[in-house]
Amino acid sequence: MSRSLQGLRSWLLQRVTGVYLLVYLVYFFIHLLIGNASGYEAWRGWMAQPAVAITTVLFFTALLFHAWIGLRDVVMDYVHPFAWRLSLLALIGGGLLSMGLWVLLIMIPLHI
Amino acid sequence: MKHANNAPRYLNLFRIHLPITAVLSIGHRIAGVVLALTVPVLIYLLDISLQSQAGYAAAAGIFDGAGARFFTALVVWAFAHHALAGVRFLLLDLYVGIAKPAARASAWAVSLGGALVFLLAAAALL
Repeated sequence: MSRSLQGLRSWLLQRVTGVYLLVYLVYFFIHLLIGNASGYEAWRGWMAQPAVAITTVLFFTALLFHAWIGLRDVVMDYVHPFAWRLSLLALIGGGLLSMGLWVLLIMIPLHI
Repeated sequence: MKHANNAPRYLNLFRIHLPITAVLSIGHRIAGVVLALTVPVLIYLLDISLQSQAGYAAAAGIFDGAGARFFTALVVWAFAHHALAGVRFLLLDLYVGIAKPAARASAWAVSLGGALVFLLAAAALL
């Protein structure tokens, strides 16, 4: 995609991820409210179901991209010195990337 | 560019009368930053809740402290405001409610809706 369309791509990604986050959360809270099983075994068993695990990993992926676009916009609006801007964006990007790896390290052992 | 030269230049927030749509937009941004800060907490809770029975109990017991309950109510507000304002922005993108009176009315509805959810969460938690 050309450079001039990068802003549009972020704009669209922010909306697509936003919709997915909302749909997942509605599904998650409906399960919590009407699911008749509770406790550790039921929770772990539910999270280990392939459909739930995949949609949950997708949820965190969407969440981290959504947070990246939002935080990047905030930094670019308010932080102007180049060194500060670069350091903050690197810190935020590194933090979000680490969180993504953390989610994978939590979810993958459930399936081994 | 005559208009640009005559425009007021001061940026004193106490002298600028922000319309409700602007208040909602800034609230959406602040709530978004608050929610981003809670992401590592959420992942941590997911982590310990799936590790062991004791971890699950610890994650479920996070609402026990008064301080934790206050922060939870704050995060509930941030989520309610961010999600409601987000849906409003999506509708505006589709030209739904784009006329000024409708946009102002929906901005009030979202802001008051978020405040109401905060009060309900605070009443339930505190």
